[in-house]
Amino acid sequence: MSPADQTSLLNLNAVTKTFGGIHALSDVSCDVAQGQIVGFIGPNGAGKATMFNVITGAYRADRGTISLAGTMITAQPPYRIARSGISRTFQNIRLFGDMTVWEHLIVAQPHGESLLRRLLPIGWASPGVLHRAQEVLEFFGLEAVRNRVARSLPYGIQRKVEMARAVTARPKLLLLDEPVAGMNHDEAEDIRKLMLQLRDAGLSILLIEHDMAFVMNLCDYLYVLDFGVVIAQGRPHEVRANPLVLDAYLGRAS
Amino acid sequence: MSTYYAGLFADAGILLLGALSVYIILATGQLSLGNAGLMGIGAYVTSYLTVNVGVPITAALTIAGIACGAIGVVVGFPALHLKGIYLAMATLGFGEMVRSFFLNFSPMGGAGGFHGMKHISVGYIWAWAGGLLIVVMLLERSRVWLEMQAVRDDETAAGLVGLKTTTTKVAAFGAGAAIAAISGGLFAHQFVYIEPGNFGFERSIDFVLAVILGGSTVAPGALAGAMLLVLLPEMLRFLADWRLAAFGGLLIVVLLVRRQGILDRSLFRLVTFRSSPT
Repeated sequence: MSPADQTSLLNLNAVTKTFGGIHALSDVSCDVAQGQIVGFIGPNGAGKATMFNVITGAYRADRGTISLAGTMITAQPPYRIARSGISRTFQNIRLFGDMTVWEHLIVAQPHGESLLRRLLPIGWASPGVLHRAQEVLEFFGLEAVRNRVARSLPYGIQRKVEMARAVTARPKLLLLDEPVAGMNHDEAEDIRKLMLQLRDAGLSILLIEHDMAFVMNLCDYLYVLDFGVVIAQGRPHEVRANPLVLDAYLGRAS
Repeated sequence: MSTYYAGLFADAGILLLGALSVYIILATGQLSLGNAGLMGIGAYVTSYLTVNVGVPITAALTIAGIACGAIGVVVGFPALHLKGIYLAMATLGFGEMVRSFFLNFSPMGGAGGFHGMKHISVGYIWAWAGGLLIVVMLLERSRVWLEMQAVRDDETAAGLVGLKTTTTKVAAFGAGAAIAAISGGLFAHQFVYIEPGNFGFERSIDFVLAVILGGSTVAPGALAGAMLLVLLPEMLRFLADWRLAAFGGLLIVVLLVRRQGILDRSLFRLVTFRSSPT
């Protein structure tokens, strides 16, 4: 069943983004259903990262509309899109300076509290904020590194911290940009299990990933981008057998 | 305390406030080289209020702080479009613009300066300087400070986790401007005479130098930097005419040996017996 047939959480309708004369995205339409893991695959330069940037407001779409749970978010500033329920991670990990893991989980919950409350010491944050940070810390198994400076941690754990930061704000949709890039098999398997647990808890996930085995084993639905155009979509086994996809990305040998 | 040392400590208190004004703006990743201009506005507004209107000094400083904070917010908006050295140049231009304005503004004395203020004690200066230092140190323990750090470290990522980066940066400019204004008001009432030349580019550089030298990652770094910048040239008096050259040499050595400044987060936690994040 395609995401469009289910309750659509995220909907992109004919989104176009150009840089000069280059069409990074051309009339891209897609849906992410509630509680699904949807993957975007495609060769380098296909427009996957641009799509993430357009969804999160880092770039503004030239044409087309984007809606989240029926509310238009096209052209809204990034912070408002984040607050409406979309969180993301980055292809190159982007953690904050010398902040500890705990501080990352606190700072990523900016809404819902008054300025006065946020001016108080961190330990005096509302019980809800502290409880949420603790809950996420435990879910990702980061208790042992709670007070460590996040950037000083091993690469695989930094990836987890970034994912935890994105989840802390209780998003409706989580965008993961190559979440297992550079990880060994065990670390990737760990992330896969976490993603499945998050999905089972009702979170929708949209991911970009080059590791085909990872994508095929995890995603409920796939879109294939090539030169900014969706050339195929379907369940993983359908995409794997699509001749257009074989030509553009997977290669005949696979 | 002799009058001489009282004067030095008063200078250090005023410099500390100037450094804190730079520190708060720098905490969001913005370097301002125009804070002497904001200090100048504060000095003239406070002096006008105490001399011409008869407002008590504490109330005058508060009003000047609020007024200059609003000016800082106005300056902060165009500053959003500039980064790094371009922002530094633009703020430098703002500072020079303010200095030129008062040079030609005859109601406040123009090039001839303005006088008539009543002298204040070094204790009064340090009540403000120490009080505001404590306020900034408390702010450093808050979530708002984490948000400022996030904006400084990665503005794009900060926006994408839901932080209002524009508000954070503009508010930092406003807060920094308010502190610079109070520094200016205290300066005017310490020296009981002000002229536009008091608020030139060199003073803005002093503020930045105090922050960089003392440590730009903790507020007490501004205190260390201010004390050093004021007291070190005096301690080198035995070198007579060579003392300023030796002072410059020492500054270079400190920055080469300890680029993060004298105080940083881990050293500050060590001297205050607190555990440090690893």
